[in-house]
Amino acid sequence: MIEWRDEGVVLSVRKHGETSVLLEVFTQTRGRCTGILRGGVSRKMAPHIQPGAQVALVWKARLEDHLGHFSVEPLRSRAQVLEDPLALAALTSMTALLTQLLPEREAHSYLYVDTQKVLDRLGRDAHWPLSYLNWETALLEEMGYGLDLSRCAVTGSRDDLAFVSPRTGRAVSRRGAGDWADKLLPLPQCLLGQAPLDYIDIARGLKTTGHFIARLAGELGDKPMPAARDRFLDRITRKGSGPSGEEAGGF
Amino acid sequence: MNDAAREIEALIALMAKLPGLGPRSARRAVLHLLKKRSRVMVPLATAMAEVATRARDCVTCGNIGTAEICDICASDKRATGEICVVEDVADLWAMERAQVFGGRYHVLGGTLSALDAIGPDELRIPQLKARVRDEGVREVILALGATVDGQTTAHYIADELGGLCTLTSLAQGVPVGGELDYLDEGTISAALRARKGL
Repeated sequence: MIEWRDEGVVLSVRKHGETSVLLEVFTQTRGRCTGILRGGVSRKMAPHIQPGAQVALVWKARLEDHLGHFSVEPLRSRAQVLEDPLALAALTSMTALLTQLLPEREAHSYLYVDTQKVLDRLGRDAHWPLSYLNWETALLEEMGYGLDLSRCAVTGSRDDLAFVSPRTGRAVSRRGAGDWADKLLPLPQCLLGQAPLDYIDIARGLKTTGHFIARLAGELGDKPMPAARDRFLDRITRKGSGPSGEEAGGF
Repeated sequence: MNDAAREIEALIALMAKLPGLGPRSARRAVLHLLKKRSRVMVPLATAMAEVATRARDCVTCGNIGTAEICDICASDKRATGEICVVEDVADLWAMERAQVFGGRYHVLGGTLSALDAIGPDELRIPQLKARVRDEGVREVILALGATVDGQTTAHYIADELGGLCTLTSLAQGVPVGGELDYLDEGTISAALRARKGL
C-alpha cells in the first residue's frame, strides 16, 4: 500500500456515487491530485471541503497509478469570502484556473505558497486584488508563459513602458510601439508596481494576463477560458466603473 | 434463464439504479414486492405509470406537478409579493414541509458551476427576472446553499435583480440541535456576525 501525507487547498468536489466525492486538491509537494473521499457528501464533512478550504490529507492506494482514497482533516475554512461577491468570484476563478491549467501530480511549490497567501488575503486585505493579479502572473510564469516587463522589447529602454506584446509577453514602450500601439495589450502601472491602485487598473492588468491564460488553455488541449475567470473580470470591471464614488476608482 | 426470470432480473437491475439501493437491496425490495404483489406491487406500478404520464414541470416556477401551473402558483393566497428562490425541487419540498413560507417559489434547476460549465443560461434566471417584473414582486428570498457555488449564484442573481425588488437571503448559523464543538469555523463566524439581542 502506498501512502503519503500532505497539506492542500481544495480545488473541486464532485459527487461520486451516493456518499463519496471525487476530491481534487492542490498540494505543496505533489501538485494537483485527485482521489476519492468516502463520506464526502455527509453533513459533517461537506462544509470542510468547500473549494478554497485548507485541509490535511492522507492519500492511500495500492499502486501509484491508482486514483486512491483520501482521508481529510480540516485545517482552515475560507468561508469569509462567501459574503463578499468580488472575493468569492476571485476564489472560484483561482480554483477553476488551477483545475484547468495545472498538470496532475507535478509539484509547483512556489505557486502553492503564493496561492495560499492570496486565498488568505481575499476579502480581508484592501489590496487583495493586486495580490490576485500578481498570482495570475506567477501562474503564467510557472506554466512557462512568464511576462518580461523589465524593458522595452523594441528599444531596450526601461522608461515609458505602456504595452505588452501579445505574441512574446514582453513589454513595449510608447515610442517602441509606434503605429502598432492599437494591436498591443495594455500594460497598466499596477503590473509594474508603480502607480496608485484602482479597480480599473487591475481590470486592465487582468485583460493582459487573460490573453496569455487563454492562449495557454488553448494549447492544453483546446480548453476554453474558465467561465469563473470571465465572471471575476466582469465583476471587477463593473466595480471599477461603478456609479457610486465609493466604488468607482480606488479600493 | 426463462423469460420471467429475465424480467425479474431486469427489474432488479432498474431498482438498483435508484438512490439508496444497490444490487443486493434492490433484490430484497423486488422480492418484497413479489411477496406483496396485490397490496404493494400493483398499486405501486399503477402509481408510477400515472406519475410518469402526468408529471410535468410548472411553466411558472419549475416545481413538479401534474398541471401546467402547479398548485402553489395557481393559488391566489400565495400571491404575497414574495418569491423564494431555491436550487431544486427537493429544496422547495423541504421549505413546504416546514410550513413557514406563504409566498411562491422559483426553482433554478441548479447553481452556477465553474467545474460543470453551468452558466446563467442553463439556469432559470431570465424567467425569474421576468416574473419579478410581471408579478409585482416586492421581495425575492434567495434560499440557496451556503456553498461556494450556491453563494456565487446568489450574488449573480442579486446583480441581475438589483433595483427591481428587495433582495434577502436565508440566515446562516448554528442549526437547531447543533453543538458549537462540531461546527466548522465558517459557520461559527457567520453565526457570530448574525448574532441577535435577547
